[in-house]
Parts: sequence; C-alpha cells; structure tokens
Amino acid sequence: MIELRGLTRVFEVGGRPVHALRGIDLAVPDGEYLSVMGPSGSGKSTLLNLLGCLDRPTSGSYRLDGRDVSELDDLEMSRIRRHKIGFVFQAFHMVPRLTAKGNVELPMVFAGVPPEERSRRSEAALSSVGLHERMDHRPDQLSGGERQRAAIARAMVMGPSLLLADEPTGNLDSVSGGEVIALLEAMNAGGLTLVVVTHDAVLGARARRQIRMADGAVVEERRAPAGPLSSPARAAR
Amino acid sequence: MRPGDLFGFAGSALRGHRLRSTLSLLGVAIGVASVILLTSLGEGARLYVSGEFLALGSNLLIITPGKNETTGGMPVALPTPREISLDDVDALRRRMRGARHVAPLSLGEATAKVGDLVRTVGVGGTTAEFMPLRKIRLRMGRYLPAGDDDRGERVCVIGSRLQEELFPGRNPLGEALRLGEERFRVIGVMSPRGTSLGTDLDEVVHVPVSQALRLFDQRGVSQVMVELRSHEEIEAGKKRAVALLKERHDGVEDVTVVTQDAVLTSFNRILALLTAALAGIAAISLSVAGIGIMNVMIVSVSERTREIGLLKAVGVTAPQVLAAFLVEAALLSSAGGLLGVAVGVGGTRLVQALYPSFPMEPPGWAVPSAAAVSLSVGLVFGVLPARRAARLDPVAALAGR
Repeated sequence: MIELRGLTRVFEVGGRPVHALRGIDLAVPDGEYLSVMGPSGSGKSTLLNLLGCLDRPTSGSYRLDGRDVSELDDLEMSRIRRHKIGFVFQAFHMVPRLTAKGNVELPMVFAGVPPEERSRRSEAALSSVGLHERMDHRPDQLSGGERQRAAIARAMVMGPSLLLADEPTGNLDSVSGGEVIALLEAMNAGGLTLVVVTHDAVLGARARRQIRMADGAVVEERRAPAGPLSSPARAAR
Repeated sequence: MRPGDLFGFAGSALRGHRLRSTLSLLGVAIGVASVILLTSLGEGARLYVSGEFLALGSNLLIITPGKNETTGGMPVALPTPREISLDDVDALRRRMRGARHVAPLSLGEATAKVGDLVRTVGVGGTTAEFMPLRKIRLRMGRYLPAGDDDRGERVCVIGSRLQEELFPGRNPLGEALRLGEERFRVIGVMSPRGTSLGTDLDEVVHVPVSQALRLFDQRGVSQVMVELRSHEEIEAGKKRAVALLKERHDGVEDVTVVTQDAVLTSFNRILALLTAALAGIAAISLSVAGIGIMNVMIVSVSERTREIGLLKAVGVTAPQVLAAFLVEAALLSSAGGLLGVAVGVGGTRLVQALYPSFPMEPPGWAVPSAAAVSLSVGLVFGVLPARRAARLDPVAALAGR
C-alpha cells in the first residue's frame, strides 16, 4: 500500500528552485496496476524515484505498507529497495561483464544469499521470463527484449511487493515490447503492485488506473473500464 | 554479504578491464620489486662488511697510541706524546690475562726494488704472532720467525700480487728485495686474500717490527692487536689493557682501545642507514604506483557510474559499494605486491647466482613489509575512488551523471 500526502520535490538548478512535484496526494492499494503519463518534465520520473526510495521528498510524507519512509536514512532506504521494490529501466542497466544469470544474482549476492540458493532462484526467475536457455549469455549476446526480460527477472528475484517500470518498452521494437508488457502484467496478475511510467498513451491506457501529470501535479485520473484487456503485442505498437 | 562474494564481484570487475588492471598491477609490482632489490643490495653490503670483520675475529682489541674519545671507526694513529714501545707490547704479551695473541703493527710505505722492477708498497712491521691473529695463510715459504721483537732479521713475507709483479714467473724464496736502502730476504708469500679492513694484504710486505721501526725511524708502533681467548672477555680485556699501559706510562691514560664490536656497530649503523635510504627511494616508486591505482579506480568509478546506480537501486548499501571498490583496489595492489615479491626475490637469487661472493639478501623485514605496504597502498589510494562511488546519488548515477 502506497500513501502519498502533499509530496513535493524541489531541485536547485543554477541557484533557482525548480518544483518537480507540487504536493502529490495519491493512494495505491496492493496489487494495483497504475500508469503514470505525461510529457517530459512533468515530474513523472521524479515521482517514480521517490516511490522507489531512490530519492527523498522535500516535504510531505510517503508511507509504504504503513511505514513512513520519507525520513529514513540511506541504509534503511537501501534495505527497503532490496526487499520491497523491483526496478525495470528503459536502458535495461545490465552489468555488461556478467552473464544474464550473473545479473539476476546480483541483488542476492549483496543480500548475502548463499550461492546454491542464488543459483536456484536466479534460474527459476530466468525460466519464468523464458530465458532459461540464454542464462549464460552476456548482455551483448542478448537482444534488447531478452535483456529487458532478464532485467525483469532481476527485479523479481528478491520477491518485491512493488514493481516500478520506467518506460520499459522505450528501447524495444513492438514485438519485444509486447512480450515485456505481457510479463509485467503477468507479475501484476500474480499480486504485485505495478507502476509504469510512460509517455506512450497506448501503453498507459492498458493500466487499470491511469494518472496524467503536468508541471509537477496530477492533472487527470481515470480508471479503465472493466473487461478483457487487449493483447499486449497490439498495445505496444 | 559473504566475503567470498565481495572478492568475486571485485575480481569480475577487474577482469572487466584487463589491460588497465594489469598495467596498474605492474606499477605496484615494480615498486615492490625495487624495494626488495634495493634493500637486498644495502643488506648485502652490510653482511659483506660484517663478514669481513668476523673473519678478523670478533674478540680482537686494537690499541692505538693517543687518547681518542671515539667509540668506533677505523683505528687511526694520532700524534701522541708517548708511543707504544716494543716493551709495552712485550708487557701486554706477558702480563695481560686472557690474551691469546698479541702482535704489534708498524705501518708505513716504502719503495720496493727487485732488479729493475720498482714499486711503492705498504710495509707492515709485526711479529710471528700476527699470522694466527689475522689468520694469514701462506702460498709458499714461511711467515716471520718467532723471537725477540728487538732483534728481527732482515727477512720479509710478501703479498701474492707483489710476488707476481716483482718476481714474475720466478720462485721468490731466498731472493732479495730492497726496501728503501735495506735488503730483505724473501722467506714467504701470503695467499691471495684481498682487501681486508682497508689494507690490501696482497700488496703488502711484512717485515719484523724492529726492522720496520728502523726503516721508518719510528720509536713506537702504530697499533697493537690483541686477540682475547673469548668474546665474553672483550670489555674486561679492554679495561685490563688500558690499565696496564696506564701503569707503564706513568699513570697517564694515553691509548685508545677499539674493539671490533665498536667498529662493526658503527659500520652496521651506517649501512643500515644506507639500506633505509634505499628503501625510502624505492618507497617513492611504490607511492607512484599507489597513485596509478587511484587513477585506475577513479576511471573505473566514472566508467561504471550506471552500474553503481543499478547496484544502489537493487538495494546495495553505500558501505557495500565502498567495500566492493576498496577490495578491488586492494586486490589490484596485493596481486601487484605478490608479483613484485616474486620478481624481487627472484632478482636477488639471480644476482647471487651471478656474483656468489656478494651476499645479496633481502633483509628479514623487507618481504613482509613490502607485501603489507602494497596491500595498504591499495587500501589507502583506493579510499578516495571508493568513497566517490559509495556517495553517488542513485538517481544521478542511473542517468550516468
């Protein structure tokens, strides 16, 4: 459960304050599928960074699962990212020298998971994204779609409750993008809260709940009509 | 996080930029190898010198005329109101307890002539006891005969190189050698020994002490060497010799007694200082290597900014990032250190194989401290880049800023 109250984030740019977020109030229940849309500079990435505990708000409060995380120190924020939050980035952010499996193991390596368990869990995660055959390949030997699927496996391997995706299909062709969306939605269907930031209206429209941002504030919110979603491949086109 | 995983991660990062890692590792290796080689050189010089002294016997007293307050240094004959006479030498021989051998030494230079061959030689006037005292070996003939110090014959024992130069291809025994205006009969030739304590025994002529005094018109000897029965008696022997000569010199303490210990101690001190100076010079190259590591790590951090951002996003804490980069730097420098130790020790072995007479050996502290220093070089010079990595803001780092 995400609860934002009066969340603001002010950056100093050239000595002048820039209001990236101006008092966001938002509640996202567990298992929600939320898309955040808006033009660049609207504050959607700043919102995502705050949701992911990568950044701290200037004012306002952020409660995650009932706990106020806006005042936590760096170590506690790291711990929350480790256990509760999975990230999927537009640029994949694979470590180039590690294999797909090595990349998926990375969060577990630093979390102190024993090697055998790491191996088992990373293989299971890669299987669940359909990359079991490719797990010993390095990122430069994988296609963009495969890299993003490996990144999803990496985001999922610590068992988070919140999955944050920042333009997850931005660097992908429509077929790979469709596969990635299908995977993310499958994770959501499994009970995970999914927040997708995008400026792609078609992709954004797939979410059950959609918010539109402009100039640091939520300007529009709507819910998709209940009913069967269209196929992911078409959505990403 | 498990320590093994930390090393594994750091190792994979190093393998990620192999050439750069290898080059900075080589920098450390060169630094460490030069520490070991240069200190081995200094230590070798020290061992060589102390070996020379030990060959002389560590229970040796050297008595020179004149009161001299130095605690060490080479015995120097100073002008003095009262010489050490042959009677003094005889008294030492007869009355000093614990003395095994007593031999006077009267030093000077003279022109030696054999037929048309002429050269300047060092002349040492002494007695038969000088032979066991200085452990002199003979190539042929015999050494100076025992007998009354005052009445030496005109005989001489020559160094091996003098034999070769003055009597080329001939047996010198029984031949005449002119020293100044005097004719001496050659009765023995010393075995090659080389320079010992500043005197090249291969180029010296030994004559009975009374003959040397006459030749140089001296009334007293340049020094007296006393070999004690044991090293333990050295301090007592020193006191006894001084007391005995004081008594004979009307209560005036006018001699200086130098022990090999004192000389050796000051030599050791000088050469240890030399070794330390060499180590200091080598340490400079180690610190240059450390800066090389810092440079490589800074490049690595800026190149891997996005990776650091990702690590932070998946919940890696700032201390873990710090540790990962510190371990990386430490691995680099300790691998370089190991290589340097191998090269340094191998190098000293090689020099020893090529020049067996020069004892080149790394001092006991050099290898462990070079290894420890190389490790700490990595840790110290790795701190700045590692902190830079740990402090990166995750949002900025993910964006590659």
